[in-house]
Amino acid sequence: MPINTTQVPAHAGARGHSASASLQSWLPRLVLAPSVAISLFFVYGFMIWTFVLSLTNSRMLPSYHFVGFGQYARLMANERWWVAASNLAIFGGLFIAICLVIGAGLAILLDQRIRQEGTLRTLYLYPMALSFIVTGVVWKWLLNPGLGIQAMVRSWGFDNFTFDWLVQPEMAVYTLVIAAVWQASGFVMALFLAGLRGIDDEIIKAAQLDGASLPRIYRRVILPCLRPVVFSAVMILSHIAIKSFDLVVALTGGGPGYSSDLPATFMYAHAFTRAQIGLGSASAMLMLGGVLAILVPYLYSELRSKRDV
Amino acid sequence: MSDAMSRGQVIRRQTPAAKALRGLLYAVLIVAAVAYLMPLVVMLLTSIKPLAEITPGNLLALPRSPTVEPWAKAWGEACTGMRCEGVGGYFWNSFAIVIPAVIISTLVGALNGYALTKWRFKGSNLVFAMMLFGCFIPFQVVLLPMAQTLGWLGLASSRSGLVLVHVVFGIAFTTLFFRNFYVGIPDELVNAAKLDGAGFFRIFWRILLPVSAPIIVVSVIWQFTQIWNDFLFGVAFSGHDTQPVTVALNNLVNTSTGAKEYNVDMAAAMIAALPTLVVYVLAGKYFVRGLTAGSVKG
Repeated sequence: MPINTTQVPAHAGARGHSASASLQSWLPRLVLAPSVAISLFFVYGFMIWTFVLSLTNSRMLPSYHFVGFGQYARLMANERWWVAASNLAIFGGLFIAICLVIGAGLAILLDQRIRQEGTLRTLYLYPMALSFIVTGVVWKWLLNPGLGIQAMVRSWGFDNFTFDWLVQPEMAVYTLVIAAVWQASGFVMALFLAGLRGIDDEIIKAAQLDGASLPRIYRRVILPCLRPVVFSAVMILSHIAIKSFDLVVALTGGGPGYSSDLPATFMYAHAFTRAQIGLGSASAMLMLGGVLAILVPYLYSELRSKRDV
Repeated sequence: MSDAMSRGQVIRRQTPAAKALRGLLYAVLIVAAVAYLMPLVVMLLTSIKPLAEITPGNLLALPRSPTVEPWAKAWGEACTGMRCEGVGGYFWNSFAIVIPAVIISTLVGALNGYALTKWRFKGSNLVFAMMLFGCFIPFQVVLLPMAQTLGWLGLASSRSGLVLVHVVFGIAFTTLFFRNFYVGIPDELVNAAKLDGAGFFRIFWRILLPVSAPIIVVSVIWQFTQIWNDFLFGVAFSGHDTQPVTVALNNLVNTSTGAKEYNVDMAAAMIAALPTLVVYVLAGKYFVRGLTAGSVKG
């Protein structure tokens, strides 16, 4: 491979230090080499490794007896997997939609020259600094029917008030939505606020001069400008949703039964506690597929928009 | 001029409808703030109540006889699984894992970002794109091979093993931060230094590093919160003695021996939450910058 000819060598060569010059031009590559090696092995190598495991009948320990796509077939026939997958659709869909609505709403309200804006922003955003485990523990306490919000509202005299989703198999997945929205919606607010601040005031002034009302300006002028923000928020939130593991473990433990399992907890349970390494690997590969399905269009549009500029 | 403007504003504010709208605006914002704050307040209140006040009492009731005993118990005595030594030791475990992992990954990220922007070579963009992919994979896809690799390296269930894991999967993010920051530093400075015969590390040390303070803060905060809050790697790769505090907290909450001590649970949760909360309060601006840089520009 020819040594870099774009930047250094012409000058360095003129000075006659060709040995040290070639060392200098190789140094950047040497510095990057460990990271590249790490990435090749720990990211790409491991992905292939997991894929290979997903083609085997590994149970307690990895074995390399290949069974083709048998594990994927088992997964497709596994009821618990479908519960986890449909929970992810419910959880992810609601989580993203509610975070977007709350985030955009708060950002628009905060953008009206509010006193103490900084304080309010801090309060909306702080949950994002917490671990999902802490969030799960706190909400488990708040949602505990006997001691939490339900008990509190009943003690105010609303004796029939019921809020026991945590112990209802068909409702438990919605408690995940509540806790995750609490944690992440402030972050979406911050994204939208940054987007709003980035809009050129001249556009808004021009619309005002044309006599457009404030709600109309928001709908017709400002929100369309925020499309990129919506796009990245959806990316980030769906990424959080697919990776959600700690929140489920801490808040519902996947239960009652396995009613609030997500693919991430399904994978962990099968690979690490139920001695089903092959099946767990297959589910991990499907998770990767899900992330790629979201990521590839995103990167494609990012790259294309950069080329346009 | 300014007089006229302020008069104009005063007049606008005084129309009753506008005033009512403004009041409503503040009301909505404050209600929202209270809603976000409520879980933290409940957590704190519960953690300083004696158990006798919790069961019959109200979530938001102020403690009648506040006590730090739940905190002491959570720190030093509460059972996390088989052991009853509190989360204190695991709290220090987390620090022992976080500190080296943050330092190493930030350093490597800085050098990577520098090499990728100021010493571009054929394929450097490809190298960057390749490394960036590591930011996006669901970590479930690396768990099983990682467990086996740590075993081969003799690092299974050790703090060093967790440091390695966090460095390996943190480099993608830190490289991204530094690369995007260094792209904005003019090449002229670096090229002039190259003409003067300054070498790779000298230029980094003398020119890039002195201006890197903001991005170092972003990277350190991002890595600190990510690694401190990690649960997946912690639960998969740690042993009894090497658990990070998030794993210990989860064990503590799920240990059912005797009466459930909710105040101790909440105190332990506060202990696990405090370091990242402190970082957020002290350096919220950089925290937000890291979030947006780490996720949007990814």
